[in-house]
Amino acid sequence: MNIPSELKYTKDHEWVKIEGDIATIGITDFAQSELGDIVYVEVETVDETLQAEEIFGTVEAVKTVSDLFLPLSGEITDFNEALEDEPEKVNTDPYGDGWMIKIKCSDLAEVENLMSADAYKTLIGA
Amino acid sequence: MKNTALTATHEALGAKMVPFAGYNMPIQYEGVNIEHETVRKSVGVFDVSHMGEFLITGPNALALIQKTCSNDASKLTIGKAQYSCIPNDDGGIVDDLIIYKLKEEQYLLVVNASNIEKDWNWISSKNDVDAEMRDLSEDYSLLAIQGPKAVEAMQSLTSHDLAAIKFYNFEVGDFAGIENVIISATGYTGSGGFEIYCKNSEVKQIWDKVTEAGAKPIGLAARDTLRLEMGYCLYGNDIDDTTSPIEAGLGWVTKFTKEFTNSEALKEQKNRGVERKLIAFELDERGIPRHGYDIVDGQGKKIGEVTSGTMSPMLGKGIGLGYVPTVFADVNSKINIQIRKNAVPATVVKLPFYKG
Repeated sequence: MNIPSELKYTKDHEWVKIEGDIATIGITDFAQSELGDIVYVEVETVDETLQAEEIFGTVEAVKTVSDLFLPLSGEITDFNEALEDEPEKVNTDPYGDGWMIKIKCSDLAEVENLMSADAYKTLIGA
Repeated sequence: MKNTALTATHEALGAKMVPFAGYNMPIQYEGVNIEHETVRKSVGVFDVSHMGEFLITGPNALALIQKTCSNDASKLTIGKAQYSCIPNDDGGIVDDLIIYKLKEEQYLLVVNASNIEKDWNWISSKNDVDAEMRDLSEDYSLLAIQGPKAVEAMQSLTSHDLAAIKFYNFEVGDFAGIENVIISATGYTGSGGFEIYCKNSEVKQIWDKVTEAGAKPIGLAARDTLRLEMGYCLYGNDIDDTTSPIEAGLGWVTKFTKEFTNSEALKEQKNRGVERKLIAFELDERGIPRHGYDIVDGQGKKIGEVTSGTMSPMLGKGIGLGYVPTVFADVNSKINIQIRKNAVPATVVKLPFYKG
């Protein structure tokens, strides 16, 4: 199971990459593997400002629908529109081309609430 | 939770296992989309040993079947199978099933795993004609070998000419070194192939030979997307104790040439016309319909519910089935599927969704 050490993680199996006050967010290798073939990623919250833990979108596998929870508060500035035609990128490259959104963080102190790679590894028993 | 005779085999193959109808079943091996495509383009094998099998025998076996099942089983000759349903007294459906005529006065009824006990009790309660009934469900296994290459890939495993077995016909004979198995040209995928009924003790050998001959293991997730692309009903989703066979589009297996449970009321319903119908629809825009989502009209008023829905792997769009008032049921009618906050436009279409 691939768990890059430079990223931060949530209990909802999302990863977060922080660059300045911009956070890039996706789902983990473990999450995509549990979901199976991903066939749809719906994000209709671009330009909205949401609080941490609010739902920003939905990821659908063939058999399941899962809500996506915002790891940090902020304004959603970008959705990875490549996923509209190729949602399978979330399966094949969850930490790269399968990224989902970018947000402008409104409170960087919240980063303290995220998990390290080691803590996430323990959570999923990897 | 029950296991099939192949549970350890599935686990060794790395299948993702889930509880289904009380059985520990493989939902996928490699991935649902690749498995789906394998069945559409090549050949795959499903372990569907959770299905139930009842053997009905004796001089009144046919009489019991005729009074409990909607299709006309008197049309069956030895070596032929028939799709049918078991109506209840209140206009609904106890189960759908396949009936095989094995010999004179001997029939095999193949029922849904989730309904084995319910069906057994129902048919037993109607058995005032003294037909002999045996529940073979725990002793028999079922493999579905499905796909356009099934005949070619499996021919070396049997002395029977597989290409000569017509759809919904079967033979009893040798397969993969086992004698006396049922080789049936039936299935739930729309891609052709066979279903093999054998004893639990024999199924591992058959599975091994079938996979060696080129069939890839396929899980229940792909079984569901395959059947839905054809518009085949799934009991518990599209038909149940409250849906009539006429509403569900199963009029073709509801024959008023004889009497059966609730036949008078169903006949009247057929003549009068139904108020709601099971329709097939495709989404006009992005999105995936799911079981339980509301179907709404142009004003956002709820007119029905989705009973089955998925992203069609072959068509790359959202497809589904659901009940709507008859005025919305014509092909090309416009409806909407409420997906979270959005009413996504959809069009009523003719089945099958996928025309191979």
